[in-house]
Amino acid sequence: MKEHKKTVKGVAFYNNPKIRAIIYQILALAAIFLFTYYVLHNMFINIEKRGINTGFDFLGNEAGFGIISTLIPYTESDTYGRVFIIGILNTLLVSGIGIFFSTIIGLLVGIGRLSKNFMISKLCLVYVETFRNIPILLQILFWYNVVLAALPGPRQSMSYMDAFFLNNRGLYIPRPILESGFMSVIIAFLIAIAAVVYLAKWAKKKHDETGEEFPVFWTSLVILIASPVLVYFVSGSPATLEYAQLKGFNFVGGWTFTPELLALSFALSIYPATYIAEAVRAGIEAVPKGQKEAANSLGLKNHIILRKVVLPQALRVIIPPVINQYLNLMKNSSLATAIGYPELVTLFAGTALNQVGQAIEIILMTMAVYLTISILISIVMNFINAKIQIKER
Amino acid sequence: MAIYEKLETRPAPLGVSGPVKWIKENLFPSPVSSILTILSLVLLYYIVPPLLNWMIFDATWTGTKEEITKHGARWIFIYEKFNQFMYGFYPENLYWRPNLILGLFVASIVLFKKIKHIKVRASILILFPIVSFILIHGGLGLEVVPTTKWGGLMLTMVVASVGIVVSFPIGIIFALGRQSNMPIIKTISVLYIEFIRGVPLITLLFMSSVILPLFFPEGVTFDKLLRALIGVTLFQAAYLAEVVRGGLQAIPKGQYEAADSVGLSYWQAMGLVILPQALKISIPNIVGSFVALFKDTTLVLIIGLFDVLAMVTLTTSDPHWLGFETEGYVFVTMIYWIICFTMSKYAQSVENRFNTDHK
Repeated sequence: MKEHKKTVKGVAFYNNPKIRAIIYQILALAAIFLFTYYVLHNMFINIEKRGINTGFDFLGNEAGFGIISTLIPYTESDTYGRVFIIGILNTLLVSGIGIFFSTIIGLLVGIGRLSKNFMISKLCLVYVETFRNIPILLQILFWYNVVLAALPGPRQSMSYMDAFFLNNRGLYIPRPILESGFMSVIIAFLIAIAAVVYLAKWAKKKHDETGEEFPVFWTSLVILIASPVLVYFVSGSPATLEYAQLKGFNFVGGWTFTPELLALSFALSIYPATYIAEAVRAGIEAVPKGQKEAANSLGLKNHIILRKVVLPQALRVIIPPVINQYLNLMKNSSLATAIGYPELVTLFAGTALNQVGQAIEIILMTMAVYLTISILISIVMNFINAKIQIKER
Repeated sequence: MAIYEKLETRPAPLGVSGPVKWIKENLFPSPVSSILTILSLVLLYYIVPPLLNWMIFDATWTGTKEEITKHGARWIFIYEKFNQFMYGFYPENLYWRPNLILGLFVASIVLFKKIKHIKVRASILILFPIVSFILIHGGLGLEVVPTTKWGGLMLTMVVASVGIVVSFPIGIIFALGRQSNMPIIKTISVLYIEFIRGVPLITLLFMSSVILPLFFPEGVTFDKLLRALIGVTLFQAAYLAEVVRGGLQAIPKGQYEAADSVGLSYWQAMGLVILPQALKISIPNIVGSFVALFKDTTLVLIIGLFDVLAMVTLTTSDPHWLGFETEGYVFVTMIYWIICFTMSKYAQSVENRFNTDHK
């Protein structure tokens, strides 16, 4: 030990690893500060020379442009601040739709790839290999410019039961209009949920004590559907459906899904689903074969094995990559700008930027939104991950 | 003593092997499975024959636009616009230059395996990008082609290969930085990686195309392509850094200690002991992130560059060739699919090769 110290003393100070580490870090910091200073200095000069406005005052100004689909009321006289909010909401909407459908498709295809049925497993393989190797932007443009553009006009639109209409202006579905009495239906639904939670707990306790199985799933399903429906009719059907109707050259009424939203939803469901499917397959394959065999030799039924033996272990492997895919999906929703769906990038980093010209503020605000959502999703991911990890001593 | 009557010998069960057994076991093992098989066949019946008819049997391959009579794909459009899809607006008499680069690329891949001399290998690696740049851009007596004329698959390849080559060292440095013991270096690396990975590529492209020019004095101009390349490289470096970090974490601690005890300096230890192993482990994931980058190059069309995907919009807006979007998109889809599929199959084969090493 003493000798070691001696040698350290003997060498020149710049060869001492500790001092060297400090010097490196000071140099790195200095380089970053100098670069930042240079860049900001130039930026201020450029801003002044070109007469660019700075600050966030523009958020209070009137935007003066229309938006084809919004989740909250909006008129042209609203501010850029509201445009920003609408952009975020639409980004969340398409991401939500994408996450919902890509999860379902991904689960089915991932399980399908492990199917013993030759046709099913090969079809799932073809699905994954086809859509995973085509850029998502290309898929968005294909749905929008080829498939949806080839649909007939409103007058010749495809219809189903005179309630659902599909044409090149979008998809129209009936819109429920809720009347005052509808509150009771919602309350009935909430009570049903509470009852189901109680039922599940009771069934588990009974199973633990007596070993008897109670058909929790089917009973819950009946309770969840029957009680709101019953209350709905008892309280005198306090909701009506508003159907879309052809008036002049276009449909009015009902819920409209614009071709932009449809194209984006398709692409954001089909493309990430290939990755989710692979994650699901890898997760299920990661469960040791012996586990399934052991459960089988105990005489458990196949769906019980899946639910109580395979899935709990597979989920540990599946969830982290799937949440990564959700993150990618949310970021990919920004590609909406290629077809003009009004989400954050289109509205704010596109239209608003063109009108206001304050590139720095607008781009930074846009990035900040994605960064915030990314960080939130990572926090949730780490929380879930910690919960599902196998508890070891 | 009981006498038992001998049973008659029964014939061997039918179809215990061969196609009948295979079909029974793989297509119709249970009622549910049988229904699924039939549904799949119906699905294939509705998709495959019409698709084949459209793409091949009813397709028009040659001739002029006016001669089209069938309902299938009109590939004459692709035939007519092929050069634009490949080279954009690159002068036609100079096509030999990108073609030569492609030839050199293939040749150097073939040669690379045969050459054992490390110095020759290194000089190929260094010379190839320089020669390619001079060939494609011009200079040194060659006619200069401004980047505004670059386009099509050629531009896609330029963006992808520059992104891959330049981001590689940067990514490794950030990966090492993230693993470093020096708190400030580590913080800088983590902030960089997490910031870039937290935002969509398109916002980075917007940033480099709109904000970057403001950061430099007025005389300094960045060409549009260069700005896109900066955005793509920054993006790719962050993703690559995470891939390499995975490799670094997989190296046993003993390797670091061994390198230390031999008395290697940090850079010697990293360059001679740790990184070669870490990169070898990460090859499948590195290829994976290259595939992702190749697909992401399509985004440059949003900031107004004419890559091979943007060429569809451009060529179909030719008044003589209106309404050929489907053929254009299908053609570009096939290009991407073939390249990405080949790359990801390669990654899988590498992964399998490494897997057998461990088991």
